[in-house]
Amino acid sequence: MNWAGLYTVLSGVNRHSTAIGRIWLSVIFIFRIMVLVVAAESVWGDEKSAFTCNTQQPGCNSVCFDHFFPISHIRLWALQLILVTTPALLVAMHVAYQQHQEKKLLVLTGHADAKHMEEVKKHKMRIAGSLWWTYVCSVVFRLLFEAVFMYIFYMLYPGYQMMRLVKCEAYPCPNTVDCFISRPTEKTIFTVFMLVTSSICIILNMAELVYLVVRACARRSQHHSNPSSGKGSFYGHKHSSEYKQNEINQLLTEQDGSLKDMLRRNSGLQEKGDRCSAC
Amino acid sequence: MDWGALHTILGGVNKHSTSIGKIWLTVLFIFRIMILVVAAEKVWGDEQDDFVCNTLQPGCRNVCYDHFFPISHIRLWALQLIFVSTPALLVAMHVAYRRHEKKRQFRKGDQKCEFKDMEEIRKQRFRIEGSLWWTYTSSIFFRLIFEAVFMYAFYFMYDGFRMPRLMKCNAWPCPNTVDCFVSRPTEKTVFTIFMIAVSSICILLNVAELCYLLSKFFLRRSKKAGNSKQQPNHETKEETKQNEMNELISDSCQNTVIGFSS
Repeated sequence: MNWAGLYTVLSGVNRHSTAIGRIWLSVIFIFRIMVLVVAAESVWGDEKSAFTCNTQQPGCNSVCFDHFFPISHIRLWALQLILVTTPALLVAMHVAYQQHQEKKLLVLTGHADAKHMEEVKKHKMRIAGSLWWTYVCSVVFRLLFEAVFMYIFYMLYPGYQMMRLVKCEAYPCPNTVDCFISRPTEKTIFTVFMLVTSSICIILNMAELVYLVVRACARRSQHHSNPSSGKGSFYGHKHSSEYKQNEINQLLTEQDGSLKDMLRRNSGLQEKGDRCSAC
Repeated sequence: MDWGALHTILGGVNKHSTSIGKIWLTVLFIFRIMILVVAAEKVWGDEQDDFVCNTLQPGCRNVCYDHFFPISHIRLWALQLIFVSTPALLVAMHVAYRRHEKKRQFRKGDQKCEFKDMEEIRKQRFRIEGSLWWTYTSSIFFRLIFEAVFMYAFYFMYDGFRMPRLMKCNAWPCPNTVDCFVSRPTEKTVFTIFMIAVSSICILLNVAELCYLLSKFFLRRSKKAGNSKQQPNHETKEETKQNEMNELISDSCQNTVIGFSS
Protein backbone atom coordinates (compact mmCIF):
# COMPACT_ATOMS: atom_id res chain seq x y z
CA MET A 1 0.00 0.00 0.00
CA ASN A 2 1.58 3.26 -1.08
CA TRP A 3 0.49 6.60 -2.45
CA ALA A 4 -0.65 4.95 -5.69
CA GLY A 5 -2.91 2.65 -3.68
CA LEU A 6 -4.38 5.64 -1.90
CA TYR A 7 -4.94 7.28 -5.27
CA THR A 8 -6.88 4.23 -6.48
CA VAL A 9 -9.04 4.22 -3.38
CA LEU A 10 -9.82 7.91 -3.55
CA SER A 11 -10.48 8.22 -7.28
CA GLY A 12 -13.58 6.15 -6.69
CA VAL A 13 -14.85 8.78 -4.26
CA ASN A 14 -14.21 11.44 -6.88
CA ARG A 15 -17.32 10.46 -8.76
CA HIS A 16 -19.65 11.42 -5.94
CA SER A 17 -17.91 14.67 -5.05
CA THR A 18 -18.83 18.19 -5.99
CA ALA A 19 -16.77 20.03 -8.59
CA ILE A 20 -14.83 21.83 -5.86
CA GLY A 21 -14.18 18.46 -4.21
CA ARG A 22 -12.63 17.18 -7.43
CA ILE A 23 -10.41 20.23 -7.75
CA TRP A 24 -9.34 19.73 -4.13
CA LEU A 25 -8.48 16.11 -4.83
CA SER A 26 -6.40 17.09 -7.89
CA VAL A 27 -4.53 19.73 -5.89
CA ILE A 28 -3.84 17.18 -3.13
CA PHE A 29 -2.49 14.57 -5.49
CA ILE A 30 -0.58 16.69 -7.93
CA PHE A 31 0.73 19.60 -5.88
CA ARG A 32 1.19 17.90 -2.54
CA ILE A 33 1.61 14.15 -2.76
CA MET A 34 3.46 14.21 -6.05
CA VAL A 35 5.77 17.05 -5.01
CA LEU A 36 6.39 15.20 -1.74
CA VAL A 37 7.32 12.01 -3.52
CA VAL A 38 9.37 13.31 -6.45
CA ALA A 39 11.06 16.30 -4.85
CA ALA A 40 10.75 16.83 -1.14
CA GLU A 41 11.78 13.33 -0.09
CA SER A 42 15.12 13.66 -1.82
CA VAL A 43 15.75 17.07 -0.24
CA TRP A 44 15.25 15.65 3.24
CA GLY A 45 16.90 12.34 2.34
CA ASP A 46 20.28 13.17 3.85
CA GLU A 47 19.00 15.31 6.71
CA LYS A 48 20.67 13.20 9.39
CA SER A 49 23.81 12.10 7.58
CA ALA A 50 24.65 15.65 6.51
CA PHE A 51 23.77 17.23 9.87
CA THR A 52 27.23 18.26 11.11
CA CYS A 53 28.19 19.58 14.53
CA ASN A 54 31.45 21.34 15.28
CA THR A 55 32.66 18.71 17.74
CA GLN A 56 34.21 15.31 17.81
CA GLN A 57 32.27 14.24 20.91
CA PRO A 58 30.53 10.94 20.06
CA GLY A 59 26.77 11.10 20.39
CA CYS A 60 26.57 14.86 20.24
CA ASN A 61 25.49 14.81 16.59
CA SER A 62 22.63 12.36 17.22
CA VAL A 63 21.42 14.10 20.34
CA CYS A 64 21.40 17.53 18.75
CA PHE A 65 19.63 16.26 15.65
CA ASP A 66 16.99 14.61 17.79
CA HIS A 67 16.61 17.76 19.87
CA PHE A 68 16.00 20.03 16.90
CA PHE A 69 14.01 17.61 14.71
CA PRO A 70 11.65 15.59 16.94
CA ILE A 71 9.75 14.54 13.83
CA SER A 72 10.93 15.13 10.30
CA HIS A 73 8.95 17.44 8.00
CA ILE A 74 8.51 14.64 5.51
CA ARG A 75 6.87 12.33 8.01
CA LEU A 76 4.63 15.11 9.28
CA TRP A 77 3.50 15.88 5.74
CA ALA A 78 2.88 12.22 4.98
CA LEU A 79 0.74 11.89 8.13
CA GLN A 80 -1.08 15.09 7.30
CA LEU A 81 -1.86 13.95 3.77
CA ILE A 82 -3.09 10.55 4.91
CA LEU A 83 -5.34 12.00 7.61
CA VAL A 84 -6.65 14.74 5.35
CA THR A 85 -7.58 12.37 2.52
CA THR A 86 -9.25 9.67 4.60
CA PRO A 87 -12.49 11.47 5.61
CA ALA A 88 -13.47 11.03 1.96
CA LEU A 89 -13.76 7.33 2.79
CA LEU A 90 -16.74 8.14 5.04
CA VAL A 91 -18.53 9.31 1.90
CA ALA A 92 -17.44 6.21 0.00
CA MET A 93 -18.79 3.99 2.75
CA HIS A 94 -22.10 5.82 2.85
CA VAL A 95 -22.47 5.62 -0.92
CA ALA A 96 -21.70 1.89 -0.82
CA TYR A 97 -24.30 1.45 1.90
CA GLN A 98 -26.93 3.32 -0.13
CA GLN A 99 -26.14 1.28 -3.20
CA HIS A 100 -26.52 -1.88 -1.14
CA GLN A 101 -29.94 -0.71 0.07
CA GLU A 102 -31.03 0.07 -3.47
CA LYS A 103 -29.95 -3.37 -4.65
CA LYS A 104 -31.87 -4.97 -1.80
CA LEU A 105 -34.94 -2.99 -2.77
CA LEU A 106 -34.59 -4.05 -6.39
CA VAL A 107 -34.35 -7.67 -5.31
CA LEU A 108 -37.47 -7.34 -3.17
CA THR A 109 -39.46 -5.59 -5.87
CA GLY A 110 -38.46 -8.25 -8.37
CA HIS A 111 -36.28 -6.11 -10.63
CA ALA A 112 -33.01 -7.80 -9.78
CA ASP A 113 -31.75 -8.30 -13.33
CA ALA A 114 -28.18 -7.55 -14.35
CA LYS A 115 -29.05 -4.33 -16.16
CA HIS A 116 -30.70 -2.69 -13.15
CA MET A 117 -27.95 -3.85 -10.81
CA GLU A 118 -25.38 -2.27 -13.11
CA GLU A 119 -27.41 0.92 -13.21
CA VAL A 120 -27.36 1.09 -9.40
CA LYS A 121 -23.61 0.64 -9.37
CA LYS A 122 -22.98 3.24 -12.04
CA HIS A 123 -25.37 6.05 -11.27
CA LYS A 124 -24.05 9.08 -9.47
CA MET A 125 -25.58 9.68 -6.03
CA ARG A 126 -27.01 13.07 -5.39
CA ILE A 127 -25.59 14.77 -2.35
CA ALA A 128 -28.88 15.06 -0.51
CA GLY A 129 -30.40 13.79 2.69
CA SER A 130 -28.12 11.82 4.98
CA LEU A 131 -25.38 11.70 2.34
CA TRP A 132 -25.26 15.48 2.55
CA TRP A 133 -24.57 15.29 6.27
CA THR A 134 -21.87 12.65 5.79
CA TYR A 135 -20.26 14.75 3.07
CA VAL A 136 -20.34 17.90 5.19
CA CYS A 137 -18.84 16.00 8.13
CA SER A 138 -16.04 14.72 5.94
CA VAL A 139 -15.25 18.27 4.76
CA VAL A 140 -15.30 19.52 8.36
CA PHE A 141 -12.91 16.78 9.42
CA ARG A 142 -10.59 17.59 6.55
CA LEU A 143 -10.52 21.22 7.64
CA LEU A 144 -9.88 20.19 11.21
CA PHE A 145 -6.97 17.93 10.33
CA GLU A 146 -5.38 20.52 8.07
CA ALA A 147 -5.63 23.17 10.78
CA VAL A 148 -4.28 20.86 13.48
CA PHE A 149 -1.27 19.89 11.42
CA MET A 150 -0.54 23.49 10.45
CA TYR A 151 -0.58 24.32 14.14
CA ILE A 152 1.67 21.37 15.04
CA PHE A 153 4.08 22.50 12.36
CA TYR A 154 4.13 26.00 13.74
CA MET A 155 4.68 24.70 17.28
CA LEU A 156 7.51 22.38 16.31
CA TYR A 157 9.23 24.62 13.78
CA PRO A 158 8.25 28.21 14.52
CA GLY A 159 8.64 30.55 11.57
CA TYR A 160 8.78 27.90 8.83
CA GLN A 161 12.26 28.97 7.96
CA MET A 162 15.07 26.47 8.21
CA MET A 163 18.17 27.94 9.84
CA ARG A 164 21.65 27.19 8.54
CA LEU A 165 23.09 27.06 12.02
CA VAL A 166 21.62 25.88 15.29
CA LYS A 167 23.37 26.06 18.65
CA CYS A 168 23.10 22.94 20.73
CA GLU A 169 24.03 22.29 24.38
CA ALA A 170 22.35 18.97 25.09
CA TYR A 171 24.40 16.34 26.95
CA PRO A 172 26.94 14.94 25.90
CA CYS A 173 27.90 18.00 23.86
CA PRO A 174 30.59 19.99 25.66
CA ASN A 175 29.31 23.55 26.24
CA THR A 176 27.46 25.07 23.32
CA VAL A 177 28.20 23.54 19.96
CA ASP A 178 27.50 24.87 16.46
CA CYS A 179 25.49 22.47 14.32
CA PHE A 180 24.91 22.95 10.63
CA ILE A 181 21.82 21.79 8.81
CA SER A 182 21.99 20.43 5.29
CA ARG A 183 20.28 22.31 2.45
CA PRO A 184 18.42 24.85 4.61
CA THR A 185 17.41 27.12 1.75
CA GLU A 186 15.97 24.31 -0.35
CA LYS A 187 14.12 23.03 2.70
CA THR A 188 12.69 26.49 3.36
CA ILE A 189 11.50 26.74 -0.24
CA PHE A 190 9.70 23.42 -0.05
CA THR A 191 8.27 24.15 3.39
CA VAL A 192 6.79 27.40 2.10
CA PHE A 193 5.48 25.61 -1.00
CA MET A 194 3.74 22.91 1.05
CA LEU A 195 2.36 25.55 3.37
CA VAL A 196 0.90 27.52 0.47
CA THR A 197 -0.74 24.43 -1.04
CA SER A 198 -2.09 23.52 2.37
CA SER A 199 -3.68 26.97 2.64
CA ILE A 200 -5.14 26.61 -0.85
CA CYS A 201 -6.68 23.29 0.21
CA ILE A 202 -8.13 24.90 3.33
CA ILE A 203 -9.70 27.62 1.19
CA LEU A 204 -11.11 25.04 -1.23
CA ASN A 205 -12.61 23.08 1.66
CA MET A 206 -14.23 26.20 3.08
CA ALA A 207 -15.61 27.09 -0.34
CA GLU A 208 -17.02 23.58 -0.68
CA LEU A 209 -18.66 23.85 2.74
CA VAL A 210 -20.25 27.17 1.82
CA TYR A 211 -21.40 25.76 -1.52
CA LEU A 212 -23.02 22.74 0.12
CA VAL A 213 -24.81 24.85 2.71
CA VAL A 214 -26.06 27.33 0.11
CA ARG A 215 -27.25 24.48 -2.12
CA ALA A 216 -29.12 22.87 0.74
CA CYS A 217 -30.79 26.16 1.65
CA ALA A 218 -31.71 26.81 -1.99
CA ARG A 219 -33.17 23.33 -2.33
CA ARG A 220 -35.10 23.76 0.88
CA SER A 221 -36.61 27.08 -0.22
CA GLN A 222 -37.45 25.59 -3.63
CA HIS A 223 -39.15 22.70 -1.92
CA HIS A 224 -41.15 25.12 0.21
CA SER A 225 -42.30 27.16 -2.77
CA ASN A 226 -43.08 24.15 -5.03
CA PRO A 227 -44.30 21.45 -2.67
CA SER A 228 -46.20 19.33 -5.20
CA SER A 229 -44.75 20.21 -8.56
CA GLY A 230 -41.14 20.21 -7.40
CA LYS A 231 -40.91 16.47 -7.67
CA GLY A 232 -42.37 15.90 -11.08
CA SER A 233 -42.56 18.67 -13.59
CA PHE A 234 -39.61 20.79 -12.60
CA TYR A 235 -36.96 18.15 -12.93
CA GLY A 236 -36.36 16.15 -16.02
CA HIS A 237 -37.20 12.53 -16.47
CA LYS A 238 -34.16 11.10 -14.72
CA HIS A 239 -34.17 13.62 -11.92
CA SER A 240 -37.70 12.79 -10.86
CA SER A 241 -36.72 9.15 -10.72
CA GLU A 242 -33.58 10.12 -8.79
CA TYR A 243 -35.72 12.09 -6.40
CA LYS A 244 -37.98 9.09 -5.91
CA GLN A 245 -34.90 6.99 -5.42
CA ASN A 246 -33.68 9.35 -2.73
CA GLU A 247 -37.11 9.28 -1.14
CA ILE A 248 -36.96 5.51 -1.03
CA ASN A 249 -33.44 5.70 0.36
CA GLN A 250 -34.54 8.09 3.05
CA LEU A 251 -37.50 5.94 3.95
CA LEU A 252 -35.21 2.92 4.12
CA THR A 253 -32.58 4.59 6.24
CA GLU A 254 -34.80 6.62 8.54
CA GLN A 255 -37.04 3.85 9.70
CA ASP A 256 -36.20 1.06 12.09
CA GLY A 257 -37.05 -2.53 11.56
CA SER A 258 -36.62 -4.86 8.67
CA LEU A 259 -36.93 -3.93 5.02
CA LYS A 260 -40.14 -5.93 4.69
CA ASP A 261 -41.75 -3.91 7.47
CA MET A 262 -40.80 -0.73 5.69
CA LEU A 263 -42.28 -1.97 2.44
CA ARG A 264 -45.44 -3.11 4.19
CA ARG A 265 -45.85 0.28 5.85
CA ASN A 266 -45.34 2.12 2.60
CA SER A 267 -47.56 0.10 0.36
CA GLY A 268 -47.37 2.72 -2.38
CA LEU A 269 -43.65 1.99 -2.67
CA GLN A 270 -44.28 -0.99 -4.96
CA GLU A 271 -45.77 1.30 -7.57
CA LYS A 272 -42.99 3.88 -7.09
CA GLY A 273 -40.40 1.14 -7.35
CA ASP A 274 -41.95 -0.03 -10.62
CA ARG A 275 -41.97 3.45 -12.06
CA CYS A 276 -38.42 3.99 -10.89
CA SER A 277 -37.04 0.88 -12.48
CA ALA A 278 -38.91 1.58 -15.68
CA CYS A 279 -36.89 4.74 -16.28
CA MET B 1 1.86 9.10 -6.92
CA ASP B 2 4.69 9.63 -9.34
CA TRP B 3 5.44 10.55 -12.92
CA GLY B 4 3.61 7.44 -14.15
CA ALA B 5 0.41 8.58 -12.51
CA LEU B 6 0.82 12.03 -14.06
CA HIS B 7 1.22 10.33 -17.43
CA THR B 8 -2.07 8.47 -16.88
CA ILE B 9 -3.87 11.66 -15.94
CA LEU B 10 -2.53 13.63 -18.88
CA GLY B 11 -2.92 10.83 -21.40
CA GLY B 12 -6.65 11.38 -21.24
CA VAL B 13 -6.26 15.03 -22.17
CA ASN B 14 -4.32 14.00 -25.27
CA LYS B 15 -7.48 12.97 -27.03
CA HIS B 16 -8.84 16.50 -27.13
CA SER B 17 -5.61 18.25 -28.03
CA THR B 18 -4.51 19.55 -31.38
CA SER B 19 -1.75 17.63 -33.19
CA ILE B 20 0.83 20.16 -31.99
CA GLY B 21 -0.48 19.59 -28.47
CA LYS B 22 0.06 15.86 -28.85
CA ILE B 23 3.62 16.41 -30.07
CA TRP B 24 4.23 18.72 -27.11
CA LEU B 25 2.96 16.09 -24.66
CA THR B 26 5.22 13.45 -26.22
CA VAL B 27 8.25 15.74 -26.06
CA LEU B 28 7.42 16.52 -22.42
CA PHE B 29 7.18 12.91 -21.35
CA ILE B 30 9.98 11.40 -23.38
CA PHE B 31 12.59 14.12 -23.57
CA ARG B 32 12.06 15.80 -20.25
CA ILE B 33 10.40 13.62 -17.63
CA MET B 34 12.01 10.41 -18.77
CA ILE B 35 15.47 11.98 -19.06
CA LEU B 36 15.00 13.49 -15.62
CA VAL B 37 14.10 10.17 -14.07
CA VAL B 38 16.54 7.82 -15.82
CA ALA B 39 19.57 10.05 -16.19
CA ALA B 40 19.58 13.42 -14.54
CA GLU B 41 18.61 12.20 -11.07
CA LYS B 42 21.66 9.93 -10.98
CA VAL B 43 24.00 12.70 -12.10
CA TRP B 44 22.80 14.94 -9.29
CA GLY B 45 22.41 12.07 -6.82
CA ASP B 46 25.71 12.66 -5.01
CA GLU B 47 25.70 16.43 -5.34
CA GLN B 48 26.05 17.13 -1.64
CA ASP B 49 28.02 14.09 -0.57
CA ASP B 50 30.69 14.77 -3.17
CA PHE B 51 30.76 18.52 -2.73
CA VAL B 52 34.20 18.85 -1.21
CA CYS B 53 35.73 21.97 0.37
CA ASN B 54 39.38 22.48 1.14
CA THR B 55 38.93 22.77 4.88
CA LEU B 56 38.40 20.61 7.93
CA GLN B 57 36.17 23.20 9.55
CA PRO B 58 32.91 21.41 10.43
CA GLY B 59 29.88 23.03 8.87
CA CYS B 60 31.77 24.91 6.20
CA ARG B 61 30.84 22.40 3.51
CA ASN B 62 27.15 22.51 4.40
CA VAL B 63 27.05 26.26 4.43
CA CYS B 64 28.93 26.65 1.17
CA TYR B 65 26.76 24.09 -0.56
CA ASP B 66 23.65 25.86 0.64
CA HIS B 67 25.07 29.19 -0.49
CA PHE B 68 25.81 28.07 -4.04
CA PHE B 69 22.81 25.76 -4.54
CA PRO B 70 19.73 27.30 -2.92
CA ILE B 71 17.59 24.76 -4.78
CA SER B 72 18.91 21.81 -6.70
CA HIS B 73 18.51 21.68 -10.49
CA ILE B 74 16.61 18.41 -10.20
CA ARG B 75 14.00 19.82 -7.87
CA LEU B 76 13.61 22.92 -9.97
CA TRP B 77 13.02 20.81 -13.07
CA ALA B 78 10.57 18.57 -11.24
CA LEU B 79 8.57 21.59 -10.09
CA GLN B 80 8.75 23.10 -13.58
CA LEU B 81 7.43 19.90 -15.15
CA ILE B 82 4.60 19.62 -12.65
CA PHE B 83 3.53 23.23 -13.15
CA VAL B 84 3.85 23.09 -16.91
CA SER B 85 1.76 19.94 -17.27
CA THR B 86 -1.09 20.91 -14.98
CA PRO B 87 -2.82 23.58 -17.13
CA ALA B 88 -3.86 20.68 -19.37
CA LEU B 89 -6.10 19.60 -16.50
CA LEU B 90 -8.20 22.72 -17.04
CA VAL B 91 -9.03 21.34 -20.48
CA ALA B 92 -9.74 17.91 -19.02
CA MET B 93 -12.13 19.43 -16.49
CA HIS B 94 -13.92 21.43 -19.16
CA VAL B 95 -14.30 18.38 -21.38
CA ALA B 96 -15.61 16.32 -18.44
CA TYR B 97 -18.10 19.09 -17.72
CA ARG B 98 -19.33 19.13 -21.33
CA ARG B 99 -19.61 15.38 -21.35
CA HIS B 100 -21.65 15.54 -18.16
CA GLU B 101 -24.00 18.05 -19.77
CA LYS B 102 -24.40 15.88 -22.86
CA LYS B 103 -25.19 12.89 -20.68
CA ARG B 104 -27.78 14.93 -18.86
CA GLN B 105 -29.33 15.95 -22.18
CA PHE B 106 -29.28 12.39 -23.36
CA ARG B 107 -30.97 11.17 -20.21
CA LYS B 108 -33.66 13.79 -20.53
CA GLY B 109 -34.46 12.25 -23.88
CA ASP B 110 -33.69 15.42 -25.76
CA GLN B 111 -34.42 15.13 -29.50
CA LYS B 112 -31.44 17.31 -30.37
CA CYS B 113 -29.01 14.87 -28.81
CA GLU B 114 -27.78 12.75 -31.67
CA PHE B 115 -25.97 10.06 -29.72
CA LYS B 116 -27.29 6.58 -29.54
CA ASP B 117 -25.91 5.60 -26.17
CA MET B 118 -23.73 6.68 -23.29
CA GLU B 119 -20.71 4.92 -24.71
CA GLU B 120 -20.72 7.23 -27.69
CA ILE B 121 -20.85 10.27 -25.45
CA ARG B 122 -17.99 8.92 -23.40
CA LYS B 123 -15.88 8.30 -26.46
CA GLN B 124 -16.75 11.43 -28.36
CA ARG B 125 -13.98 13.84 -29.16
CA PHE B 126 -14.93 17.47 -28.69
CA ARG B 127 -14.03 20.09 -31.21
CA ILE B 128 -11.97 22.95 -29.89
CA GLU B 129 -14.45 25.75 -30.31
CA GLY B 130 -16.59 27.99 -28.23
CA SER B 131 -15.75 28.13 -24.56
CA LEU B 132 -13.49 25.09 -24.90
CA TRP B 133 -11.32 27.14 -27.28
CA TRP B 134 -10.87 29.79 -24.62
CA THR B 135 -10.03 27.19 -21.96
CA TYR B 136 -7.54 25.52 -24.27
CA THR B 137 -5.92 28.81 -25.23
CA SER B 138 -5.67 29.85 -21.56
CA SER B 139 -4.03 26.55 -20.71
CA ILE B 140 -1.39 27.07 -23.42
CA PHE B 141 -0.87 30.60 -22.21
CA PHE B 142 -0.30 29.42 -18.64
CA ARG B 143 2.10 26.75 -19.86
CA LEU B 144 4.12 29.41 -21.65
CA ILE B 145 4.18 31.62 -18.59
CA PHE B 146 5.32 28.81 -16.31
CA GLU B 147 8.05 27.72 -18.72
CA ALA B 148 9.31 31.28 -19.02
CA VAL B 149 9.22 31.89 -15.27
CA PHE B 150 11.19 28.76 -14.49
CA MET B 151 13.75 29.46 -17.23
CA TYR B 152 14.24 32.89 -15.76
CA ALA B 153 14.48 31.53 -12.20
CA PHE B 154 17.11 29.08 -13.41
CA TYR B 155 19.15 31.74 -15.13
CA PHE B 156 18.82 34.09 -12.18
CA MET B 157 19.91 31.52 -9.61
CA TYR B 158 22.77 29.95 -11.50
CA ASP B 159 24.14 32.90 -13.50
CA GLY B 160 24.07 31.21 -16.83
CA PHE B 161 23.82 27.49 -17.47
CA ARG B 162 27.34 26.38 -16.94
CA MET B 163 28.42 24.42 -13.87
CA PRO B 164 31.87 25.55 -12.71
CA ARG B 165 34.38 23.06 -11.31
CA LEU B 166 35.57 25.30 -8.54
CA MET B 167 33.73 27.74 -6.31
CA LYS B 168 35.28 30.08 -3.80
CA CYS B 169 33.38 30.33 -0.56
CA ASN B 170 33.81 32.61 2.46
CA ALA B 171 30.55 32.17 4.36
CA TRP B 172 30.83 31.68 8.11
CA PRO B 173 32.13 29.35 9.63
CA CYS B 174 34.61 28.89 6.82
CA PRO B 175 37.93 30.46 7.76
CA ASN B 176 38.81 33.08 5.10
CA THR B 177 38.12 32.00 1.53
CA VAL B 178 37.89 28.32 0.87
CA ASP B 179 37.99 26.37 -2.41
CA CYS B 180 35.02 24.08 -2.95
CA PHE B 181 34.78 21.54 -5.74
CA VAL B 182 31.54 20.52 -7.43
CA SER B 183 31.02 16.87 -8.37
CA ARG B 184 30.60 15.98 -12.10
CA PRO B 185 30.47 19.55 -13.41
CA THR B 186 30.80 18.69 -17.10
CA GLU B 187 28.07 16.05 -17.02
CA LYS B 188 25.84 18.48 -15.15
CA THR B 189 26.50 21.17 -17.75
CA VAL B 190 25.61 18.75 -20.57
CA PHE B 191 22.31 17.81 -18.97
CA THR B 192 21.51 21.39 -18.07
CA ILE B 193 22.01 22.48 -21.68
CA PHE B 194 19.94 19.52 -22.87
CA MET B 195 17.03 20.35 -20.56
CA ILE B 196 17.20 24.02 -21.52
CA ALA B 197 17.15 23.11 -25.21
CA VAL B 198 14.14 20.82 -24.81
CA SER B 199 12.42 23.48 -22.73
CA SER B 200 12.96 25.97 -25.57
CA ILE B 201 11.54 23.47 -28.07
CA CYS B 202 8.48 23.11 -25.85
CA ILE B 203 8.10 26.88 -25.71
CA LEU B 204 8.28 27.02 -29.52
CA LEU B 205 5.68 24.26 -29.81
CA ASN B 206 3.38 26.13 -27.45
CA VAL B 207 3.79 29.37 -29.43
CA ALA B 208 3.09 27.46 -32.67
CA GLU B 209 -0.01 25.90 -31.14
CA LEU B 210 -1.22 29.29 -30.00
CA CYS B 211 -0.75 30.72 -33.51
CA TYR B 212 -2.51 27.71 -35.00
CA LEU B 213 -5.50 28.13 -32.71
CA LEU B 214 -5.71 31.84 -33.41
CA SER B 215 -5.54 31.32 -37.17
CA LYS B 216 -8.21 28.60 -36.95
CA PHE B 217 -10.41 30.96 -35.00
CA PHE B 218 -10.09 33.78 -37.53
CA LEU B 219 -10.51 31.43 -40.45
CA ARG B 220 -13.69 29.98 -38.99
CA ARG B 221 -15.01 33.43 -38.30
CA SER B 222 -14.40 34.65 -41.82
CA LYS B 223 -15.86 31.42 -43.25
CA LYS B 224 -18.98 31.85 -41.21
CA ALA B 225 -19.32 35.48 -42.25
CA GLY B 226 -18.90 34.43 -45.87
CA ASN B 227 -21.25 31.44 -45.74
CA SER B 228 -24.02 33.09 -43.76
CA LYS B 229 -26.05 33.79 -46.92
CA GLN B 230 -25.06 30.77 -49.00
CA GLN B 231 -26.58 27.29 -48.84
CA PRO B 232 -24.65 25.51 -46.10
CA ASN B 233 -22.78 22.39 -47.25
CA HIS B 234 -22.61 19.18 -45.26
CA GLU B 235 -19.65 20.10 -43.05
CA THR B 236 -20.91 23.56 -42.21
CA LYS B 237 -24.34 22.09 -41.34
CA GLU B 238 -22.72 19.77 -38.82
CA GLU B 239 -20.59 22.58 -37.51
CA THR B 240 -23.66 24.77 -37.14
CA LYS B 241 -25.47 22.00 -35.31
CA GLN B 242 -22.46 21.50 -33.05
CA ASN B 243 -22.23 25.21 -32.45
CA GLU B 244 -25.94 25.38 -31.67
CA MET B 245 -25.58 22.59 -29.17
CA ASN B 246 -22.53 24.18 -27.62
CA GLU B 247 -24.43 27.43 -27.30
CA LEU B 248 -27.39 25.71 -25.70
CA ILE B 249 -25.10 23.98 -23.25
CA SER B 250 -23.22 27.12 -22.41
CA ASP B 251 -26.44 29.13 -22.17
CA SER B 252 -28.01 26.68 -19.80
CA CYS B 253 -24.99 26.88 -17.58
CA GLN B 254 -24.89 30.66 -17.75
CA ASN B 255 -21.52 30.75 -19.44
CA THR B 256 -20.63 33.66 -21.63
CA VAL B 257 -21.55 32.96 -25.22
CA ILE B 258 -18.58 33.79 -27.33
CA GLY B 259 -19.45 35.85 -30.34
CA PHE B 260 -19.22 33.14 -32.95
CA SER B 261 -22.84 33.54 -33.86
CA SER B 262 -23.34 36.98 -35.25
